[in-house]
Amino acid sequence: MTRTHERLIQVMGALLIVSGLTLWLTSTFRENMLFFVTPSDFISMPRDHPAKTGKRFRLGGLVTVGSIKKDGIDITFTVTDEKGANIVVHYHGIAPELFREKQGVIAEGILKNDIFEAERLLAKHDERYMPKEVAQRLKKENLWKEK
Amino acid sequence: MRKALYTFLKPKSLLETALLIRKLSGIPAFFLFALGVWGGLFFAPSDYLQGEYARILYVHVPASWGALSIYSCMAIFSAIGLITRIPQFFLVSKAIAPIGLAYCIISLITGSLWGKPTWGAFWVWDARLTSMFILLLLYIGYIHLSRPHTLRQLVPASFLSVIGFINIPIIKGSVEWWYTLHQPATIRIFEKTSALHPSMAWPLWVMATAFALYAVYLGTYRMERLLAETARKPSCM
Repeated sequence: MTRTHERLIQVMGALLIVSGLTLWLTSTFRENMLFFVTPSDFISMPRDHPAKTGKRFRLGGLVTVGSIKKDGIDITFTVTDEKGANIVVHYHGIAPELFREKQGVIAEGILKNDIFEAERLLAKHDERYMPKEVAQRLKKENLWKEK
Repeated sequence: MRKALYTFLKPKSLLETALLIRKLSGIPAFFLFALGVWGGLFFAPSDYLQGEYARILYVHVPASWGALSIYSCMAIFSAIGLITRIPQFFLVSKAIAPIGLAYCIISLITGSLWGKPTWGAFWVWDARLTSMFILLLLYIGYIHLSRPHTLRQLVPASFLSVIGFINIPIIKGSVEWWYTLHQPATIRIFEKTSALHPSMAWPLWVMATAFALYAVYLGTYRMERLLAETARKPSCM
């Protein structure tokens, strides 16, 4: 075979090896690459998992409707996910502007006595963009899907 | 066919092609930028959730697409250069690299400015943001390694860009495969509907085209500069 063919195989081979390595790395270190865990994920973790024994982690889900209680800058609310798991979160501070019920939230902190003490709150929004009137109309006609 | 290719690859014809492309891309790029900025800032409605903050998507999204596309071109041209040893492919890859770097920086800065009022953070190390940061490092690494001009010395840079190409599908898939703060893709090319309302969509296409044409326009200046350097040192190539 010609030198060009040799080089073609070398480049393809290098790409293949790197792809395989990356696939293996991303699957092995999957847990480290997740930015947060959902309430269901958390509940199904073994009891000796570091997150359940005081290690700092991030909890992500939706703010349960009607669960937000504010007392000055103390906020207590419940995070839920599609599978119905609920965790109570307490945060002392000013929440992000997009923090509201039925909206995505990521809380970073430590679990203490079954309550998640958040040191940081982040609001998560979905990928949809539309004018206010369209959103209101969809909600009125019951065509609005929560994400 | 081969003879036509070799004639085209001569510096003189490459330069003529670059100058022609420059004439065709310059004015449309500036016009589309003006139209897109007007459309994005004034004509498009504000978002139901993010209000006026969502308007930054008309810069952030095209810049991100540009950074990914230019890197992909770099990787493809570098691979062809490595395989065929035709130096002009390395030349094109070297020409477009700084433009991709600039778009990547714009993407990171505009994204950061967008994140603070919406998410509540300028930066997090989730999969999407981290992989875009890695793209920045790949661009910087390639530009640094491609400083020398001789064919043999461009091989390390080219290998970096080819190996680094694995980062591109990771960037795309990061929001689907892992839990991230960054939301999933709004524009879905393989499905019938996208999550961007039509009244807000056209400035995005205009800006994306503007960014693409402007990258091509700048690329012609880069090519002219690199071809002139090659002419001064003919022993290189």
